[in-house]
Amino acid sequence: MDGSGIRQALSMMNERGSGEGAGYAAYGIYPDYRDCYALHVFFDNVRESKPLLDSTLAQWGTIEHDEAIPTRDRPGLRAVHTPWRYFFKPDASLAPPGSTMPEDEIVSALVMRVNAARRGALIFSSGKDLGVFKAGGWPEDVADFYRIEEYEGYIWLAHNRYPTNTPGWWGGAHPFNLLDWSVVHNGEITSYGTNQRYIESFGYTCTMYTDTEVVAYLIDLLVRRHGLDVDIAVRALAPPFWEEIDRMPDAEREWNRALRLTYAPAMMNGPFAIVAANRDMMVGFTDRGKLRPMVVGECGDRLYISSEEAAIRAMEPRVESVWMPAAGEPVIGRVAP
Amino acid sequence: MIIGSLPTRYRIGIDPVRCMECGRCIENCTYGVYSRDGDRIAVNSRNCTACHRCIACCPRDAITLEEHPCDYRSHPLWTREARETIYNQARTGKIVLAGMGNALDYPVIFDRLVLDACQVTNPSLDPLREPIELVTHLGKRPARLDLVRREGGDVELKTRLTPNLRIETPVMIGHMSYGAISLNAQIAMARAAKETGTYMGTGEGGLHAALHPYQDRMIVQVASGRFGVNIDYLERGAAVEIKIGQGAKPGIGGHLPGEKVCAEISRTRMIPEGSDAISPAPHHDIYSIEDLAQLVRGLKEATEWKKPVFVKIAAVHNAAAIAAGIARSPADAVVIDGFRGGTGAAPRVFRDHVGIPIEAAVASVDRKLREQGIRNEISVIASGGIRGSADVAKAIALGADAVYIGTAALAAMGCRVCGNCYRGLCPWGIATQRQDLVDRLNPDEGAEQVANLIHAWTLELAELLGAAGINSIESLRGNRDRLRGYMLDEGLLQVLDVKPVGA
Repeated sequence: MDGSGIRQALSMMNERGSGEGAGYAAYGIYPDYRDCYALHVFFDNVRESKPLLDSTLAQWGTIEHDEAIPTRDRPGLRAVHTPWRYFFKPDASLAPPGSTMPEDEIVSALVMRVNAARRGALIFSSGKDLGVFKAGGWPEDVADFYRIEEYEGYIWLAHNRYPTNTPGWWGGAHPFNLLDWSVVHNGEITSYGTNQRYIESFGYTCTMYTDTEVVAYLIDLLVRRHGLDVDIAVRALAPPFWEEIDRMPDAEREWNRALRLTYAPAMMNGPFAIVAANRDMMVGFTDRGKLRPMVVGECGDRLYISSEEAAIRAMEPRVESVWMPAAGEPVIGRVAP
Repeated sequence: MIIGSLPTRYRIGIDPVRCMECGRCIENCTYGVYSRDGDRIAVNSRNCTACHRCIACCPRDAITLEEHPCDYRSHPLWTREARETIYNQARTGKIVLAGMGNALDYPVIFDRLVLDACQVTNPSLDPLREPIELVTHLGKRPARLDLVRREGGDVELKTRLTPNLRIETPVMIGHMSYGAISLNAQIAMARAAKETGTYMGTGEGGLHAALHPYQDRMIVQVASGRFGVNIDYLERGAAVEIKIGQGAKPGIGGHLPGEKVCAEISRTRMIPEGSDAISPAPHHDIYSIEDLAQLVRGLKEATEWKKPVFVKIAAVHNAAAIAAGIARSPADAVVIDGFRGGTGAAPRVFRDHVGIPIEAAVASVDRKLREQGIRNEISVIASGGIRGSADVAKAIALGADAVYIGTAALAAMGCRVCGNCYRGLCPWGIATQRQDLVDRLNPDEGAEQVANLIHAWTLELAELLGAAGINSIESLRGNRDRLRGYMLDEGLLQVLDVKPVGA
């Protein structure tokens, strides 16, 4: 799929935005560099900040290639940052001894460090063969700015923002990404203070001034570092009520109880609909009370998850089935091998 | 005469028009304020403690009570309390005793913290229509789980969880021993704990047989005197709590005078009748953190690892590091008792001057445990000066899992916080062992009122959570973002990790 379809879908929901932030994530767009971590960076000023990032990256591995992300000027979009991309191979031997995923650990630590330092560079996308494209502006302008129709991906995420916490800040636009996982989110996490403090005790640093960031890190912690299946991770983030757990058969009750107790500080509260993706799958879920809309559509081997049916129909007029999942129930689409 | 009479603290007046000389005040006052003098009631205001028993009993509202009717020359440094303590000690040469909690005029941090509510960007929840979960679990948790998916999709839990206590509301009744309070008071609170799905502490006074029907709702205490501790006692409790210290008197032990050790207390505490029950300042088998870990293990071993073990410490300057040490033992929860925590009797100098407020202690314990990556592996219980549901919500937002209440539960049974518990004359039948006084407290009524209080707080907590857009109590725990500090200094805001109002 090229990016024109999802641009069209997103433009159906402009009422949900304010023209201050939009973004796209696409998987499978860098086949020539599929073994490299594709780092997408906002530079405040290329001449000032780039040499510093270059040397940091060179310390930790090899930059196979880097270039400005191709853009095109849009009258409605003022480019306050210069988007850049690096194709980077970390030196696994530099990871802390005993690391199970040394390359991932180097890259995630680099992302945390560079972003927390705030020295004119912000790494907003760090996975292999994928990229996030985001900016302040209306979805169509952001898509055209990044020439999004020129990318061919097999999973796409997109988001239109109506900011309340941090208007006008490009880093605050969705999707949020860390390594393989990208997240878009509609809602406001009322448990943010608990989630943020929990995730920071595992070495993550929240730097984006917005609650969505924490979702990406929680998924990374639960799935990559703790090895939970994604549906179980979702269950930890939006667990069943105790009343439901109490009614489950013994074995099921036991693991659901353990999951809820162990990951109590990871549980997300408040209204949300979230879609997250990695190279193998896409997963959508809402809060336990479903205080934000989420619609699912299927057509052939394609899965669509959206806030509105109109967006699905704009992208796929022949959609075969459309339904609304229950509160907290995850919808998972896996990439066919 | 060198010092002479001090001004009376209270003045009792009887309105002669309203008084019908029924004499209920004379019967009810245990401190000797009232006596019959021919056809009138004579008053000796000097004996009054402001316990309000007479006012509560007077059928004609004839009694008035005035505090400080005749005061000293006002002085900001030489307060009434400062001067009177000097007069008292000049006369006696002794340590001054006091009851209840810290009575100095420190600012109350809880009252300088405000809670949050939702507007527009996220909807507030209505507890009448949507579930709001207050169920809380106390105990050890693993850092991560080993879950295996079997053929067919079933999930198998490989990690073994240690037993947790489940409470239906994050409010428990703290440890007040049989001896410090009456059996009727204990029975009333135990019934209330059962009724409201929570737990109650035994204190260091053993477990009287009358409480056996409620034993699955009792947390049995092991303190430095080891009174009442045997295997039967440990096995009856739902959990065991090691008491290292108490907020009202950090660093010192306890003393139940021999005259209070009647036959029943003697049997329950396993000490001779009439002998003083003295709890030493330290546990004489705990001189270091590893000794504590051994005792935790010992108690777990004795109860076949079936019961959670809590450790209670007083909130002292280094509480955070001590709690981190406790978290590394097999202990399931650490109880932090703040400097406003109540007591039956404590030296006033300790009650008023030693220890730190619970708000700061909980915040720093929660932070320290998080920094060490072990916060969710142990529960934190806050106590000492919890007066209402707002205090509960604030304590949880600062990092506690649940709270213990003490004085509030006693007040629900009539206590007026007069602070004379150590005299054993409590006219409300709470802090006394005199049978005629104990009989004044009907355990059925007491149980109902304590249960009402916990129910009421539970309802209010659900409303507060709903307004904050939170449908489960664990999403409030340590959620400092939902608090703001009002008129708190920058240093304290940093300790509490709370932003000022407007930020």
